[in-house]
Amino acid sequence: MLKVRIIPCLDVEGGRVVKGVRFVDLVDAGDPVEQARVYDAAGADELCFLDITASHENRDTILDVVRRTAEQCFMPLTVGGGVRTIEDIRRLLLAGADKVSINTAAVKMPEFVAEAAEKFGSQCIVVSVDAKTAAPGRFEIFTHGGRAATGIDAIAWAKRMVDYGAGELLVTSMDRDGTQVGFDIPLTRAIADAVRVPVIASGGVGSLDHLVAGVRDAHASAVLAASIFHFGTFTIAEAKAHLRRAGIAVRVDAGSAIDGG
Amino acid sequence: MIVAIVDYGSGNLRSAAKAFERAVREAELAAEVRVTADPDDLDRAGHIVLPGVGAFADCRRGLEALPGMVEALRRNVIERGRPFLGICVGMQLLADIGREHGDHPGFGWIGGEVAALAPADPALKVPHMGWNELELIRSDHPLLGGIGSGAHAYFVHSFGFVCANPDHLLATVDYGGPVSAVIGRDNLVGTQFHPEKSQAVGLRLIGNFLAWRP
Repeated sequence: MLKVRIIPCLDVEGGRVVKGVRFVDLVDAGDPVEQARVYDAAGADELCFLDITASHENRDTILDVVRRTAEQCFMPLTVGGGVRTIEDIRRLLLAGADKVSINTAAVKMPEFVAEAAEKFGSQCIVVSVDAKTAAPGRFEIFTHGGRAATGIDAIAWAKRMVDYGAGELLVTSMDRDGTQVGFDIPLTRAIADAVRVPVIASGGVGSLDHLVAGVRDAHASAVLAASIFHFGTFTIAEAKAHLRRAGIAVRVDAGSAIDGG
Repeated sequence: MIVAIVDYGSGNLRSAAKAFERAVREAELAAEVRVTADPDDLDRAGHIVLPGVGAFADCRRGLEALPGMVEALRRNVIERGRPFLGICVGMQLLADIGREHGDHPGFGWIGGEVAALAPADPALKVPHMGWNELELIRSDHPLLGGIGSGAHAYFVHSFGFVCANPDHLLATVDYGGPVSAVIGRDNLVGTQFHPEKSQAVGLRLIGNFLAWRP
């Protein structure tokens, strides 16, 4: 049986891990490669690096972080933030990323997603759907880390991105990100039910019950969280045990017992 | 010994190479992992790995674009019987035919076709993406030594290998019904999942492959 994935996300700026509260007031939380190794050993199902300063600054630091991580961690790695060109994707994949996550560039130029999927395969193209509630039951796409409104309906946009070749959608609530009050369930569920590809729920996790809700109520195939893991509020093992108690299938043999489990 | 990982422009081979290097170190083998686009390297190789991501026909085209590569594969894998591991689309290319974006011929080295996953349950997403449990059919196969049914491997695919001969099916995975996870015959094996992304289970399988003398 396919297991629900738990994905710790490391926000990286200048080669260091940070986590913003609603994308401002950054607090340093360590070396990304070291963190990646810890998560690898702890049984995380995938890793995600989000290069949060990518839109503004030199991006080569993230390539070095990806390179060093890929040498040590034999698990899927997604990198997002500032992915704008085919060359950006190529460099990240060659450095050792397995998937790239595209947001702003997709909104500016949707054909970029189609071109990227054609060139590298849908399996490595994640489209980041960053949305806010515009009116009850209506969700709108935002770009630039939640700062820029677009007027685009999030559900229609999600479907279009899958038509263009996105292999997975990372759905982040810009209302919830950094608040620790839980995923935006209506938003995530509306998208997960509207597309055939897997959806990762993101933005707002503050408790383990939020992870359960992301799967059970929002129909996500994977749950992504940052603060609760790297500030040590909960471990990956605690998260998996909690999901399991809620009747959700998770992978528990990571890194140790090879036989069965 | 050279372990040749065929580089025909399909995806990222860095993590695959790193995983093989780690497995070589852990098994204390005297082997060089070589990511190569040179057909001559296949003639020198003790083990041959064909990775592959993306679409079936694109991968086939990428291989054909390297002069002499398909022939070098045939010569070393089929005629000389070198141990061969195909990964994901690299495994799918062994089929007679691939049905992704139209029908395309494969190598025909393991009978069967590559067809779209069509799980009846709409809750099962396509691509089949993430960690799923192996169900071993041939637990005695050297490639699967030390790996038990229920071990998790990392899958990302929308098409699956349907073996013409059930004897070629070494392990399956359940995704709305059984889907080929590991196939093989003689000196050929292939995994639908990504051993280079499957942590300890993947490293074990790679180590088994490197020690394999079919």
